[in-house]
This record gives sequence, structure tokens and C-alpha cells, in this order.
Amino acid sequence: MNRENLIWVVLFVIGGAILLGRAMLSEHGMGKAYVKAVEKDRVRTSEPAVYPNEDEQDITWISADEAREQGIDVEALGDDDHKQWTIYDPATLTAYQAEMAVDPNQTTYQFSLSRSVGIWFAAFMTLFVLTFLIKDNPFYKVAESIFIGISAAYWMVVGFWSTVTPNLIGKLSPDLVRGWAMPGLSRDEPVELMYLIPLGLGAMLLWRLSPKGGWIARWPMAFIIGVFCGLRLITFLHADFLTQIRNGIVPLWVTDTAGAFDFWESLRNVFLIVGVLSCLVYFFFSFEHKGIVGKTAKLGIWFMMITFGAAFGYTVMGRIALLAIRLEFLFDDWLWLIDPTNKRVEAVVSMLGLF
Amino acid sequence: MLDFFRNLDRRWIFLLMGLSVAVPILLQWQFPETPSALSQAVFDEVEALNEGDRVLFAFDFDPGSEGELGPMATSWVRHCCEKKLKMYFMSLWPVGQQMITDNIKRVIEADFPHLVYGEDYVNLGYKAGNEGVIKVIISDLRQLYTTDAEGTATDNIPMMEGIDSIKKMDLLVNISAGYPGTKEWVQFAVTRYPDDIRMVAGCTGVQAPLLYPYIPEQLPGLLAAIKGAAEYEKLVMDKYGGENPDAKYFEGKRRMGPQLVAHMLMILLIIVGNIIFFVDRKRGKRS
Repeated sequence: MNRENLIWVVLFVIGGAILLGRAMLSEHGMGKAYVKAVEKDRVRTSEPAVYPNEDEQDITWISADEAREQGIDVEALGDDDHKQWTIYDPATLTAYQAEMAVDPNQTTYQFSLSRSVGIWFAAFMTLFVLTFLIKDNPFYKVAESIFIGISAAYWMVVGFWSTVTPNLIGKLSPDLVRGWAMPGLSRDEPVELMYLIPLGLGAMLLWRLSPKGGWIARWPMAFIIGVFCGLRLITFLHADFLTQIRNGIVPLWVTDTAGAFDFWESLRNVFLIVGVLSCLVYFFFSFEHKGIVGKTAKLGIWFMMITFGAAFGYTVMGRIALLAIRLEFLFDDWLWLIDPTNKRVEAVVSMLGLF
Repeated sequence: MLDFFRNLDRRWIFLLMGLSVAVPILLQWQFPETPSALSQAVFDEVEALNEGDRVLFAFDFDPGSEGELGPMATSWVRHCCEKKLKMYFMSLWPVGQQMITDNIKRVIEADFPHLVYGEDYVNLGYKAGNEGVIKVIISDLRQLYTTDAEGTATDNIPMMEGIDSIKKMDLLVNISAGYPGTKEWVQFAVTRYPDDIRMVAGCTGVQAPLLYPYIPEQLPGLLAAIKGAAEYEKLVMDKYGGENPDAKYFEGKRRMGPQLVAHMLMILLIIVGNIIFFVDRKRGKRS
């Protein structure tokens, strides 16, 4: 084992020991999530309609308390008309401890094993990704692969349920979608056979995956490219070219509402015009950049350098903000070293008190 | 000494940068913020609205940029709740729907429980199609949004009554992490209908320089990155925070502490790098 590997092994062992000690031996522990159980109790009824536009004969679900107020014998209803379930909202350790102090047998606030595992998993994935700063390694590759896999699957599932189901199948067969997936879909939704065209184009696009006839996918692809080229060309010309020219036509002598000379606004406009013109001259290659043209082009370079510097500064700020939130997650949600949002008032939160 | 800096392993710089961000977080350093003209313009746009006016929130970001954009989203929703505006949420990013849900839980359900879903706010969710979605909902919103994110028919949602286009909105608020985002909203919505659609935006630092040319004609106000978020937070909380405001409304300000220290380090490194460059050049000329 070379010296570098030995250092890393020692660091990992020490880090692991501190983590285990803080998690297992300290009174408060770390990286734990708590939830609040919220009971849902709904009764199926035909009236009153929840929303004013809804057909009175439509089936709606109201809360059991509301049903009792209306004189419905909720307890006598069958399973089809009376549904009960529990959802779990995130809760803080402070709320959990306060409830436990009042009633140690309460079950409303609970420790959540699955969400705690989630915190630990997220923490290790964050550390795995950060290891890339040292050098490429298997931990980083594992985190990268998991991220790509989950993202691809998530996009596909969300796209299916939020777009394909309501906007394609729901248009072609509203009754099917209402009965199968979206009971809230309007009963007035008409069948729109026009949507067979996007269905056909979509099927042709998927032909790309077939070992034969892959060329069929080129037709919908050509349609997509054509539509977006047209859309983007017009909007770019309108929003970024013509409108920007118009925005660049500004007075160099600015006066305020009282008619007095506004020095700073005038200076701003002069800078704007000089900056635009000098940058344009830099990209004008029909003349050699000598004499007045060369000097103006050089001024254009200065303007562009200042712009690039500002862009770099903003990029740095963005990246630091992203690092800050990951470290905040590690220190707050995982290690419990800080508590900026007062989630664990009762717990011992100390940067130095590792144990 | 110069040789030491010239041959410094880049991993030491990573470590220094990590410490410059970690230490202010651990010590919870915070610094005062002074709102810029752009943040003030965003605040004024929301302030100019009247009770019951409609605001469309387009949450075009995901957890990857939540650190930068989450704080401004939280403040914006809080501001609109305080102003008693009708809030319509949508997203062109698949995970944007979770960002919407998160803000509804954190702000509306937690601090404004009297607001009713479907009457005061609605989550229209995510739609695939990027700028194509913007193009469609300008002319016919109902064609694409047949249901909200929960599957309730939009016909049955009271606050959707009479809303057939986003031109019916009094203000459009876009929070953007990239494509599709503020640029597409400006190109496809604002520029085309300048008299009907008014928009303010918040964006990541990477995008900000690309959006400045749109100010002020196409974009009256812009919150640029975490700095813009911290400034907007100050404006909102100074006016509506009350005596004991929740710490969740100061996330932007909290994250500006690490920014200051990390930027100081970055400036120092650039100065050191330039000194080495000029010294080397001078020595090279002498030799």
C-alpha cells in the first residue's frame, strides 16, 4: 500500500469511527427523520358537489366529519363508500420530543426509519460525488450511475402520467382514463380524434428502437425539427434581434420629468451605445483592425472582457451556493452540527460536541 | 515561496474552498443585505398588484439548483400570500412539480392554512414540451391543462373559471434554472404580447448575464442568483416579517455568509496567480 492510499484509509477509518460514535453513542444521535401521522377519513357522496360547476350527480368524496354534520351514518357505510388511510408529513425532533413529554405512548409523531435511511443515503451520495475532486474513483461512478438511472426513469414516469395520460389517451378515450387513472377528469371531455396524428407520430418515433425500419422514425423527427426551427427562428428574430435593436436606441442626453439633465442616466446610455458599437466593430472583419478601427475593436475587447468577468463571477456565486446547500444538508440534516431553522431545539447541537 | 504556489496541488485549493464555505456555515455567519434596484423592481411589481389579482408561478427548476432558487421561491410565495393574490403554479421541468409541492407545504399550508386549494391557489403541475407548452397556453390553456396536478378537472376548480389563456394573468413569475426557462418565457410570451403579459423572474447565476439585455423593456425585474434572493427576502420580511419571523424565510441571507468568504478566497487566489504570472514574465524578459 503506497503512502497516499494509506492516508486515505486512515482518514476513512477515523471519519467512520466519528460517525458511528456520534450516531450510536451520543444521547441525541444524528441523521434521524421524524414524521407526523395524519389520518384521512373520506366518505363517498353524490351531494353537495364540491365545486360549483360539477354535475350534481357526480360522485364526490368529502371528509367524514363533514358527512356526519350532514347526518350521514358514516359507521354504517361499506368499504366502497368509506375510505380511511394515513399519510406521513415531515416533522421536527422538537415536535416529536414535545409530544413524547406529554404522552410517551403517543403514535402521532414517530421516528421514520425509511426517511432516516434516505438522509444517510443522500449524505453518502453527496460525499461520493465530492470524492471526484480528489480523483476519479468507483464511489463517484456508483453515485453517477445511480443518478442517471433514477433521472431517466423519473422523467419517463412523470412524462407518462402528466402528459401522455391526460393529454393523449385522455383526449382519445376520456372515459377510459377517467375509469382507470384520473377519476377527476371532466365528464364533458369530448373525444378528439385529431390526437390520432400525434399518437401515430409517437409510434413512428419509437420505431427507432426496432432492428428494422429505423428510417420510419425520421419522419416524426423531421416534423419536430421543422416545427421547432420555425418557432425558434421567428421568436429569436423578434425577441433577441429586433427588440434588442429597438432597446439600443436610447437618448444620450436624458432629462428627468422636471426637464433637468440626468447625468447618471445619460452616462449609462452613453456606455450602452459605446459598448454595443465597439463590440460590433470587433466582429467586423472586412477591414484590418488598424488605426481608428483597431482602437475601437480593442475597446470592444475590453467591454467583452468585463462581460465575461461578470459572467464568471455569477457562475462562481452559483456554484458556491450549490456547495453551500450540500454542506448545509450534511451539517444540519445528517450530522446535526447546526440547526439554523430550529428543528431540534431540545437536542444537544454543538459543533464541538461530537460525542 | 513562488515555486510553492506555482506547483501547488489543485486539491489544496479545493480544500481551501471547501473550508471557506464550511466554516461560515458552521459558525452561522450572516451579513447585512442592501436591496439593489432590480430586486426592488421585482418587489414593486408584486406590491403593485391588488387583492385577488392572478399570479402565474412557473417553477422551472429542480433540486440541483434548489440551493440558489429555493429561497427566492419561498419569499415570492410568502409575498403573494401576504398580498392575498390568486396563485397558479406550473412547471416546464419534471421535478419542478416537487418544488411546487414543497413550497405549498412550507409556506401556504404551514403559515397560511386559511387559504383554500382551488380557490386561492392551484397546482397545475408539469407538462412536457418545453417552449411548445408556452406557445399553447398563450392561446388555449385548457387544451393542455385538462386537469391539475392531482387529476381534478380544471373545469371543476373555481379559480380556473374564465382562465383560458395565461394572458389572463396579472403577473407572471418565472424561477428558472436553465432551458426551458426565463429566456423562453421572454421569447414566446412577453415579447409577443407585451401589453398582455408582464413578467418578473429569478434565475441562477450562470443565466443572469444572458438575461440582462432583456431589462427593463422585456423583463422589468430580475432576482439574480442567491444574492438577488437575499435582497428580495430582506424587502419582503422587512415589510411582512412581523416580530418573530421564521428562519426559513432567511435562507438566502444565511447562504450569503459562505459567499463572502469564498469570494474573498477567490479574489486572493486570482491576485496570487497574477503576481506569479507577472513575476515569471519579468524574469523571462530578463533572461
